[in-house]
Amino acid sequence: MPTVIAALVDLGRPGHYVHWGFIDISVANLVVIGLMLLVFILAIAIPFPHGGKK
Amino acid sequence: MSTFSDTPMEPGGQAGYGLETRPTWTGWLRRRAVATLPPEKLLPDRQPSYVASWIYVFGALTLAAFGVVLASGAVLAIKGPDWWHVSSAGLFVNSVHLWGTELFFFFMVIHLWGKFFMAAWRGRRRATWITGVLAFVISIATAFTGYLSQQNFDSEWIGTQAKDGINATGAGAFWNVLNFGQMLLWHVLLLPLVVAVMVAVHVLLVRRRGVVPPFPAKGADK
Repeated sequence: MPTVIAALVDLGRPGHYVHWGFIDISVANLVVIGLMLLVFILAIAIPFPHGGKK
Repeated sequence: MSTFSDTPMEPGGQAGYGLETRPTWTGWLRRRAVATLPPEKLLPDRQPSYVASWIYVFGALTLAAFGVVLASGAVLAIKGPDWWHVSSAGLFVNSVHLWGTELFFFFMVIHLWGKFFMAAWRGRRRATWITGVLAFVISIATAFTGYLSQQNFDSEWIGTQAKDGINATGAGAFWNVLNFGQMLLWHVLLLPLVVAVMVAVHVLLVRRRGVVPPFPAKGADK
């Protein structure tokens, strides 16, 4: 299992960064922001189970 | 006013137990607390129908993550850095503390977005919004002091990089990021205490004012 994780993300190397004008952000942080946006949209879009009855 | 019993007072000012009564600050405090937060509001068994949406879940998720962070942090404080850096159990609890914090901020930011787009300060809920903002900002400072308290090269690097920024604000004179003892105490005592108080007030205000309703849809039947 650790081998699989290590194959996905090599934590032994310097992180990757995205440079866009004055914006300078690590890929890791960018991924987290993307996931937050995704979960936010899903939380609005997916119906809540047994909702809307009371 | 009686402070000894909940039984109704008799005309002569005597409570049910025949004790002499007089105004006390504890009695005043109890009456104010019960009037402000009656039990049915403090621990409700029903919520409005609009709460049945996933976007309303993230406040409670943030609270759950906060509990994990506090519990794992307490274990780390008891055992110390030679345990959390070396032993397998220590590394595990250290990781739980880190990932609990990641989830805490993850859920809190989604909670913030949801409440921002609902304009959750409507309906006399300004204090709820402000306490949430304060909890968020102080949590960032708590996380920062946590990075400084790791006792490894990472914390040394962050401390030496941050000191110039902190000094530039003038705060470095009394808030020294290179002082491990100071940063550790801020991290494990002062800041968590303030965050916990802010969160407690925030939750009590949500109980008092209720969960903010969504904006009415166009053409909705009430």
